[in-house]
Amino acid sequence: MIKDASQLTEIEQDALAEIANMGVSRAASSLRLLVGEEVLLSVPSVKIVTREAASKLVERGNAKKLVAVEQTFEGPFDGKALLIFPEAQSLELVRSIVGDEHTLEDVIDLEQEALAETGNIILNGCLATIANVLNRTMRMSLPSIVRGDGATLFEVQGPASGEQFVLFLYIDFNIKARDVHGFIALLMDLPSIAALKTIVNDFIEAIEKQPSGHAG
Amino acid sequence: MHKVLIVDDSKLARMVMASAFRRIRPDWTLVETTNANEALAAVSGGAVDIALIDFNMPGIDGLELVANIRKTHPNMPVAVVSANVQNEIIGRARDLNAGFIPKPLTDESLAAFLSGAALRLKKSST
Repeated sequence: MIKDASQLTEIEQDALAEIANMGVSRAASSLRLLVGEEVLLSVPSVKIVTREAASKLVERGNAKKLVAVEQTFEGPFDGKALLIFPEAQSLELVRSIVGDEHTLEDVIDLEQEALAETGNIILNGCLATIANVLNRTMRMSLPSIVRGDGATLFEVQGPASGEQFVLFLYIDFNIKARDVHGFIALLMDLPSIAALKTIVNDFIEAIEKQPSGHAG
Repeated sequence: MHKVLIVDDSKLARMVMASAFRRIRPDWTLVETTNANEALAAVSGGAVDIALIDFNMPGIDGLELVANIRKTHPNMPVAVVSANVQNEIIGRARDLNAGFIPKPLTDESLAAFLSGAALRLKKSST
């Protein structure tokens, strides 16, 4: 059953996609500096879905073994941001950052640290842009690495599974010259979706009603 | 007074742009379109002086659209508007003789581009 909070109006959907797009585009620009290659992005998608459906969406077309850098955020709305790759590609990502001159052993040694740092830069860039656009402050946790299938990443069986619906924002990215692609996903549960909707609606109203004010 | 074409699939982004115009150039006319095909129709209609084009759109992206516009309008002031500030994107815009305005949009960056555009239009009409 779908409750009110789990429905988005057309303009709310549009606004969230645009704000997420700005966040991820900025984050991709940071990733581009790290890897030295152009990063291609898909058009963003915003959906309110169950955790289980979200987990299936990230597995689609991918191997089921995924690795994610995850950061929780708290503020006017709470949630989790994830940078997700097929596990088989994480070493290639690390190699693209540390350089091709390193041996496989070095790359394996560096993997955890390099993933955490990459996640930190990308997810912080993404969340900071969103917070700035909405003129709010968000606190971000330190990054942690999670390995497993989509259900593990999105805690389908976890303590939060009572909150069935999540806001699932995702964008595909692809490092052009390397065989590396991944997703950036933001997950928020119902109370946070309601809070975010209020903030987004205030933001939209401010654009319409204050021609002399500042509009992002 | 000029007629400005805005191309963005996001209504919010078009609203932010329109709001900035109300502050910076309240007497200019805006034409809003949501994709490249609508934009090309508006441009070939002939009434557009300046174009502001989002990069990340479904279907034809903003840079492909600029390349298309350049075939018939080599000197129209055009800017690509995007949060994707990667060198490749900005470089490709420059190669197409287009400006680049970063998102989130600020009045300052839009005003700077529009002043330059107005100057170029004035020069080309004299």
